[in-house]
Amino acid sequence: MRLRPVAFILVLLVIWQTAISSHPGQLLPGPWQTLRGIGDLLQHGLLLKYVVASLFRVTWGFLLAAVIAIPLGLTIGWYRRAEMAFNPLVQIFRPISPLAWIPIAILWFGVGDLSAIFLIFIGCFFSLLLTAMSAVHNIPDVYINVGRNFGLSTPAFIYRVLYPAVAPQLIVGLRITLGIAWLVVVAAEMIAVNSGLGFLIVDARNAGNRYDLVVAGMVVIGIIGLLLDLAMRSLEQVKSFRWGFPEN
Amino acid sequence: MSTQSSPQSAGVKLRVDHVRKAFERDGNSISVLEDINLDVRNGEFICLVGPSGAGKSTLLNVMGGFLSPTSGSVAIDGETVQGPDPRRILVFQERGVFPWLTVEGNIGFGLSNLSDAERKQRIAHYVQLVRLQGFEHSYPSDLSGGMKQRLQVARALAVNPDILYLDEPFGALDSVTRFIMRGELLRIWQTERRTIIFVTHDIDEAVQLADRVVVLSSRPAKIQDILTIDIDHPRNLSSPRYLELRDQLAQKIGLAFSA
Amino acid sequence: MNSLAKPATWEKFFWPLLTAAVLLAVWHYSVIWTATKVFPSPLSVEKGLVELAHKHVLWADITDSLRRVAIGFGLAAIIGIPFGLALGWFPSLNQIFNPVLQILRPISPIAWIPVAIIFFGIGDKPATFLVFLGALFPIVVACASGVSRVPSIYRRAGRNFGLSSPQILARVVFPAALPQILIGLRIALGIAWLVVVAGEMIAVDSGLGYLVIDSRNSGKRYDLVVAAMLIIGVIGLALDLLFRQIEKIRSVRWGFRS
Repeated sequence: MRLRPVAFILVLLVIWQTAISSHPGQLLPGPWQTLRGIGDLLQHGLLLKYVVASLFRVTWGFLLAAVIAIPLGLTIGWYRRAEMAFNPLVQIFRPISPLAWIPIAILWFGVGDLSAIFLIFIGCFFSLLLTAMSAVHNIPDVYINVGRNFGLSTPAFIYRVLYPAVAPQLIVGLRITLGIAWLVVVAAEMIAVNSGLGFLIVDARNAGNRYDLVVAGMVVIGIIGLLLDLAMRSLEQVKSFRWGFPEN
Repeated sequence: MSTQSSPQSAGVKLRVDHVRKAFERDGNSISVLEDINLDVRNGEFICLVGPSGAGKSTLLNVMGGFLSPTSGSVAIDGETVQGPDPRRILVFQERGVFPWLTVEGNIGFGLSNLSDAERKQRIAHYVQLVRLQGFEHSYPSDLSGGMKQRLQVARALAVNPDILYLDEPFGALDSVTRFIMRGELLRIWQTERRTIIFVTHDIDEAVQLADRVVVLSSRPAKIQDILTIDIDHPRNLSSPRYLELRDQLAQKIGLAFSA
Repeated sequence: MNSLAKPATWEKFFWPLLTAAVLLAVWHYSVIWTATKVFPSPLSVEKGLVELAHKHVLWADITDSLRRVAIGFGLAAIIGIPFGLALGWFPSLNQIFNPVLQILRPISPIAWIPVAIIFFGIGDKPATFLVFLGALFPIVVACASGVSRVPSIYRRAGRNFGLSSPQILARVVFPAALPQILIGLRIALGIAWLVVVAGEMIAVDSGLGYLVIDSRNSGKRYDLVVAAMLIIGVIGLALDLLFRQIEKIRSVRWGFRS
């Protein structure tokens, strides 16, 4: 049973290889060539360097966004008037692709790490803000009433009722946002930076049509993105959060 | 037997004074409670009964300070009720316990101002009282419905409230468990006596538990009747007096349904 | 602790307007105080908006972007919905396809550009392809998950009433899953809008994304950059609101909490 997806992947690889081989002089690589491309990158140390660069930017942009957006989102979600005040603004800025901020990013931060981090921050910020707002709305009234009943001070209430109640939803939101961050960093690096996996893709094509490296880069991007997702999912398994998943 | 006027007795723990409650919905004012007057003595067990949607829970929430009355007031020990307070804890029908805390964690929830030793002692005492020994480190997801309600009661009692409000606490349980829980509640109440106000739509439950049964009419609710149950505990559920009172109550509820 | 008494209706307009006013003021004064030569002030953005509106280019760009979204999203829906439904209905299918999807999904659609250019050349098609890719995954996932979450009680009831499998799928499972499918479509539409703008910044020379980057590249017209960004935001919001109207239609409303 477990073999079925593996078999399917193998079938796809065979189809891919055959399609490429039957069109000689093709620019696109087959699976074998792609693998060699990955090896090539590893050998020259480029792969490690670029992966680190991309991950570095994701980490900073993501963490900064989390630290700001989550408390802000919880507050806005809690106070009705705050939500009235900020929601329309958020709704207008949210559909603006982080990449559309590139000119402003370059203006403020130049071409490089800071710009990329800024773009990732923008992408993560709105996603986490909305997650936090929605998490607060979803707290069952019962919990809030019990908290009030026991006469908790506001800080105690936040620490002992609010935070545990929203934690499971925040974790899911963090996982999804990390995925968003990974998408943004790659795109940002294709347009506005000179290193990283996204840059690798554009560069490999521009400097010599090395499509084997292009596809190799894409595969690495996919795998790392998947690993990031799996890592976050394992967080959801931690016992003190697990209560939030089967029941809720 | 069925009076509306309140006794001018000393020892009035809770006084509901001309309470009215109306809600705004879509611009219309919906009157849920209409001129409720009630005196509850210290240590009394009161049941609020009435048809579904009559406003029993609303009245309970007003008494607890979770809702403010549109007019009138509620006073406990002479003090007007301004908001929720740990001196009067509300036990909910379901989902009341915190799923992220163990049994111990839940019971200890209101005890953070005690020393560690005191808190441990208090928690152990109440674990015993509600018979949850062995489950101290379990999470609510491992407990049955009845156990969760017992946990809620333990958590409520642990902070030594003057008044316990129970909002159809056994409503989500099967009838066998309900029956057992009633016995448990009475046992606990007789061990650690407090004023209890208990909302139910179950006539048997009311006659089994209450010192007095307050019958609410349907919306907008008024106090239709107050029935005094003058049988000593433990109550024999087949005694003629019990059946007589039960029938009386059924009659009054019948009236309430058509009010 | 919690918000005080219910806010009045006028407050629904007052607070956001106040916030917007404050932000505009802060923006305006920071531009003045920092004496920046490049970053636009609110007024210059407004003038930029007017300028764009008068140049026919703006309308062409908007149409181009919307067209790519329409085609890409439409294709993604046409292919993705049946595929997603199948994945949800046949768990074995899901088992087979899921790992591949999980590897492809984290690859930003933008990263597909070189490949897209090989297949489609330069111009409209690669951008539309990117939109298609971006919208496909959320649609497939939403449909699959919507179907698999339909309570088995419903399926059993269907069988009880003598419905065949395809009938159960069409008359019970699909309507039951519809609210979730619609949410997935709305999210996918939002993603499509993000992707088209990003794609236009790199692979095409028309559209709102292109307008953003071109305004900067040819003349550092940051007033037009910000103006274009605002237009992108407003249109994206409009698309979202339009879709939410669909969710309000009676026959689906049951699936959404009021």
